[in-house]
Amino acid sequence: MTAIPYSKDVASTIIAGHGARPEMLVQMLHEFIHHFEWIPEEAIRQLADELNLSRADVHGVVSFYHDFRTTPPGKRVIRICQAEACQAMGSAELVNHAESVLGMKMHESSEELTLEPVYCLGNCACSPSIMVDGDIFGRIDRQRFDEIVARREQRY
Amino acid sequence: MPTTKVYVPRETTAVSVGAHEVALGIERHAQATGESVQIIRNGSWGASWLEPLVEVEVGGTRIAYGNVAPADVPTLFESGFLQGGEHPRRLGPTQGIPYLANQDRWSFLRCGAIDPGSVEDFKDHKGFTGFEKALAEGPEFVLEAVLKSGLRGRGGAAFPTGIKWRTVADAESDQKYITCNADEGDSGTFSDRILMEGDPMSLFEGMAIAGYAVGATKGYIYLRSEYPITYRILLEALDEVRDAGWLGRDIRGSGFDFDIDVHLGAGAYICGEETAMLESLEGKRGMIRYKPPLPAHEGLFGKPTVVNNVVTLASVPDIVNLGGEVYADYGVDQSKGTLAFQLAGNIKRGGLVEKAFGVTLRELIEDWGGGTASGRPVRAVQVGGPLGAYLTADQLDIPMDYEAFTAIGAIVGHGGIVVFDDTVDMAVQARFAMEFCAIESCGKCTPCRIGAVRGVEVIDRIVAGEDRELNLDLLAELCDTMEDASLCAMGGMTPFPVRSAVEHFPEDFGAGAGEERIHE
Ligand SMILES: Cc1cc2nc3c(=O)[nH]c(=O)nc-3n(C[C@H](O)[C@H](O)[C@H](O)COP(=O)(O)O)c2cc1C
Ligand code: SF4
Ligand code: FES
Repeated sequence: MTAIPYSKDVASTIIAGHGARPEMLVQMLHEFIHHFEWIPEEAIRQLADELNLSRADVHGVVSFYHDFRTTPPGKRVIRICQAEACQAMGSAELVNHAESVLGMKMHESSEELTLEPVYCLGNCACSPSIMVDGDIFGRIDRQRFDEIVARREQRY
Repeated sequence: MPTTKVYVPRETTAVSVGAHEVALGIERHAQATGESVQIIRNGSWGASWLEPLVEVEVGGTRIAYGNVAPADVPTLFESGFLQGGEHPRRLGPTQGIPYLANQDRWSFLRCGAIDPGSVEDFKDHKGFTGFEKALAEGPEFVLEAVLKSGLRGRGGAAFPTGIKWRTVADAESDQKYITCNADEGDSGTFSDRILMEGDPMSLFEGMAIAGYAVGATKGYIYLRSEYPITYRILLEALDEVRDAGWLGRDIRGSGFDFDIDVHLGAGAYICGEETAMLESLEGKRGMIRYKPPLPAHEGLFGKPTVVNNVVTLASVPDIVNLGGEVYADYGVDQSKGTLAFQLAGNIKRGGLVEKAFGVTLRELIEDWGGGTASGRPVRAVQVGGPLGAYLTADQLDIPMDYEAFTAIGAIVGHGGIVVFDDTVDMAVQARFAMEFCAIESCGKCTPCRIGAVRGVEVIDRIVAGEDRELNLDLLAELCDTMEDASLCAMGGMTPFPVRSAVEHFPEDFGAGAGEERIHE
């Protein structure tokens, strides 16, 4: 991914781009994630300062939403859908398979890889589905899972 | 050599099974062979099971090729598919595919047909004619048409849209808002997405009409972040529509101003509930607000606000255009019009089926869906998302109708239908319902926040055979408390899937095992 280390200047530009309006906080955090991939403590401090909010307020928003991770993700992020339509098509077995080929458990993260659940990608007519680095893939069986993971590895 | 139009959807499901690669393959192959093609990235017709569904326009007719893989491209060219040639993947004219031909398309009329990024194409398919008529006839005309149509909110709660709009229209305020709920968090649902990806301008048109009718100049689309392709399509289409003067200041010289922003959600299911969505739109945690006040009186930033689902809003242009009575001719009793049902999970032919209310669950699952994907018997069907009840294979003759579902303790909701075959363990499903509630609870009230966690534990004990009867009673009490004392439907309806699972599938909760123990 094209992540850059946290930069106060980039952060300020993002905040200013939204007119430093507190009601744009959720949208700003999305841009932070887009650039930095996670929300470090200094981002919370800076947002609080520049938006005239308390740090507790900003922290409260960051912690409320699943998208706003406060630890760095791996170079690849694999999300396996765990919602009902995918369950009906064997998402639990897919998780077992993923955990064994990737050598890690759900919710675990390494420098290389983050493996986590997601609850519905709206792709439920072609379940089970996964999301890899923001791209959605459907009709996933073991073989297709392995192929997608292998193909994606070549990127780095 | 004439240029042939080839349609390859740029729609999440089609892309998720290779549509980009297919489009690229066709482009490259045509370049190599010197054939002239224009590839149009349309939306999906909704026959997801056939994706990627590629179409070629031959003499004004679109010929469909289903489940096209990148590896099929060379043989497609060899078979002369640009002239509609024979090929194992060929399905014939798109219009003749029974899955599509037998629907009642109202809101999804243009999905698949048009280029979602083209104002011209939209207009060629009667786009903006509802808006033009609204501007010509006035706000009262619109409010009357929507009321007469009997349209009820498609987001789940099924509240009459005409009454909601009237309330906002009657509210005095310097500023009002139209907000579109595109959070679509329910598992088994994707109709909002298919509409936004295939015909985004009809949503903008519906929002503009709503704004005109109630006196709002600003609209927001609250889109879930799990839909990255939808986000790009919406932003691109918005640019086109603004450039063409159908959004912005003094639209088409009418003196009416209206513009739309797209805001992203951030992976919180609860933000689909309207007051949590408004909090999130204000940049805050998605905590449920107490009602009253209703959003129609005090909504976004405390101003009168319309909150409507994507499909609700997209149904409006043709209601204005053709008249509310025409829409109300579809459907049954209090469930007027059409609903975009979504066939999902273990189903052979998954996808979107827009049909008048009154069609039975069995018709949808068997006639359209073709039964389970696994070929095994249907055992359970969850309708209406994670807060919807599980139905049994014996209940499939129920008509799709809000009141008929309410009468059996179930919901139609947003029209998602998730099919499970006979390998499903319903105790696992009941446990998941509680677990999901625990994960996604906003945390404002105890019955939901704590109750859901207790629910998981109690189900675990039941399954383990610990004091089965006692724990089943406990579970029933817990469900009562959650239903009665939760602030919103997250905690209030999680008992629906749980109770229905216990009631209809007791054998999965150790019923047999329990009895044996008693006899011992
Ligand atoms: C937990 C919960 C989640 C909801 N999620 C959605 C959703 O994703 N999309 C939606 O349109 N409505 C959702 N709703 C319903 C909304 O609260 C609201 O009724 C709806 O957006 C109003 O629009 P409508 O009248 O056009 O349906 C949800 C409700 C609850 C309680
Ligand atoms: S029921 Fe759950 S989600 Fe709804 S307000 Fe209470 S805690 Fe929040
Ligand atoms: S349930 Fe997995 S994509 Fe919808």
